[in-house]
Amino acid sequence: MANFFSSRLFFISLVCVVVAATLPLYVSGYILGLLTVAFYFGVFAMAWDLLFGFAGEVNFGPTFLIGTGAYTAGILNNQYGWSVYVCILLGALASVVAGFVLALPALRVRGPYFGLTTLVAVLMLQNFVVVFADLTGGEIGLTIPDVITINAGVNYWIALGFMTVSAAILYGLSQSPVGLVLQASGQDPVQAGALGFNIVKHKLAAFIVSAFFSGLSGALLVFYFGTASVGTVVDVAVGVNVIVSAVLGGRRTVLGAALGAIFLIVAGEFLRPTGELATFIVSAVALLVVLFFPGGFLGAALSREARS
Amino acid sequence: MLALQILIDGFAISALYALGATGFTLIFGVSGVLNLSHGAIMVAAAVAAWAAASVLHLDIYTGALFGVGVALIVSFATYFVVVKPIQNSTRIPNEEKEIFVLTGTLLWGIMIQELIAYFFTNNAKTVLPIVEGVVDIFGNRTPRNNIFTALVCCLVIGLLWLLVNRTRTGKAVLAASMNPRGVTLLGLELTQIYIVVWGIYGILAGIAGVLLGMFLGVSSYSVGPLTASAFSIVVLGGLGSVSGSLIAAFVVGYLETITAYMISPAYRTIPALLLLVFVMYIRPQGLLGRR
Repeated sequence: MANFFSSRLFFISLVCVVVAATLPLYVSGYILGLLTVAFYFGVFAMAWDLLFGFAGEVNFGPTFLIGTGAYTAGILNNQYGWSVYVCILLGALASVVAGFVLALPALRVRGPYFGLTTLVAVLMLQNFVVVFADLTGGEIGLTIPDVITINAGVNYWIALGFMTVSAAILYGLSQSPVGLVLQASGQDPVQAGALGFNIVKHKLAAFIVSAFFSGLSGALLVFYFGTASVGTVVDVAVGVNVIVSAVLGGRRTVLGAALGAIFLIVAGEFLRPTGELATFIVSAVALLVVLFFPGGFLGAALSREARS
Repeated sequence: MLALQILIDGFAISALYALGATGFTLIFGVSGVLNLSHGAIMVAAAVAAWAAASVLHLDIYTGALFGVGVALIVSFATYFVVVKPIQNSTRIPNEEKEIFVLTGTLLWGIMIQELIAYFFTNNAKTVLPIVEGVVDIFGNRTPRNNIFTALVCCLVIGLLWLLVNRTRTGKAVLAASMNPRGVTLLGLELTQIYIVVWGIYGILAGIAGVLLGMFLGVSSYSVGPLTASAFSIVVLGGLGSVSGSLIAAFVVGYLETITAYMISPAYRTIPALLLLVFVMYIRPQGLLGRR
């Protein structure tokens, strides 16, 4: 841990965060709004990377965790008018419960079978939202009466601060002894078990941590948007974006996942003039990265540094 | 009367699901690839058949053949552009190739989907059915197209069975799914077997896509749901087991039809999802799967 603080990665991250923190002073509200969403997405991607990169679980349903957190917070605020912070906290807790539920099959089935179970979880949540439209607002979306603040700069700082703290915790966790055990149990569960580590406990912990951050970020995001809808927090396409972000930025790096998410959202916005081709171009770039730089952005950069 | 109607309606949709899922499971059984661009290939076939008829003004049969041909080309492209480079890559560790193939084919599917949306819009397209009109089966008015769909699906699956079990090429494919290394020791080129399998897959997905276009109509939004339904049928039946997929396709098809008729069309997919979760818990390898 000590040599991390003197490493180049730490300084680069520190400079990035400091520069990012000063952005509200001289860029337009439009760019701030874009980056605010990108930062919340960054947390989704980092939380996913903890599960996939370290615990080795292919979770096709990150939006099950995100959506549970987002909708719980939104419904509590919409139905009972509870304070924003209570709603966000309860949303994150609901997401932890969802993570626990999702972890149960993961401890039984592996690989594609687990992937499908998580995908089914998302489809079930989506059906639930549509069927119980009175409670959830259905396909139109749920209106959320309260917001944290309407100031674009403050919203941006909240998102940046939240992402920085989450990144520090998740990265610290991944580099800690717990992270190493997790990585070992992801790569070779039998051998890790034979070495005396409790794989079930570690994986469960990974699910709960991942779910907590996904849910918290999802809840914050709906209070930023002022609405929760299937298209923004539950749809499989959103989950695909999260997965692509993490693979693009570099799996097993945690920080890379956030980079990937920011790239994905910002690139999608800058390509908006190309109309419907924007998604095509972003997917094509992502595919090229997957084919030619399988380590992702950060993976490629880190391996170059290690070599030199 | 309702029971008979469910029986007839469910059969066509189940047969279609079965055809769509067979190719998907064949690829997995032989090369261990889960092709998440499956839905995109099916939609590409249907849209190509539609475009051939309404843009190029070809007749129905040529249009359908054109659709299958496009699916075949896209299937080969998927193999050579996405799957093969990942499988042969030295920079990706072997245990992670699975997730890379999943991500790669997923992105590839999105690219196909977006291209279709760009050139042909998101509107739903219905391919003109080869046979028209309705027939009366014991008082149930059934479109002839339903019967045609069911017959073609059964015929194609039967032909596939003959191909795999009765021809030399088919036996090589079967052997490769059992023991790839053993096949190479017998002097067969594994890459050639993969090419054959992707060819068979392309034709199956193409036929399924064109029939779906005639039966329900497709749009670029159907890509995700089609992939998800093939994936869930295949996992329910047991990955890599063709007969398992056939059974699972009929279970899912009938379950959906019964729900749509008896409860509400809005809940159509829910019981099948619940069944899937249930099977995952009590029998994780699927109905007929090996572990």
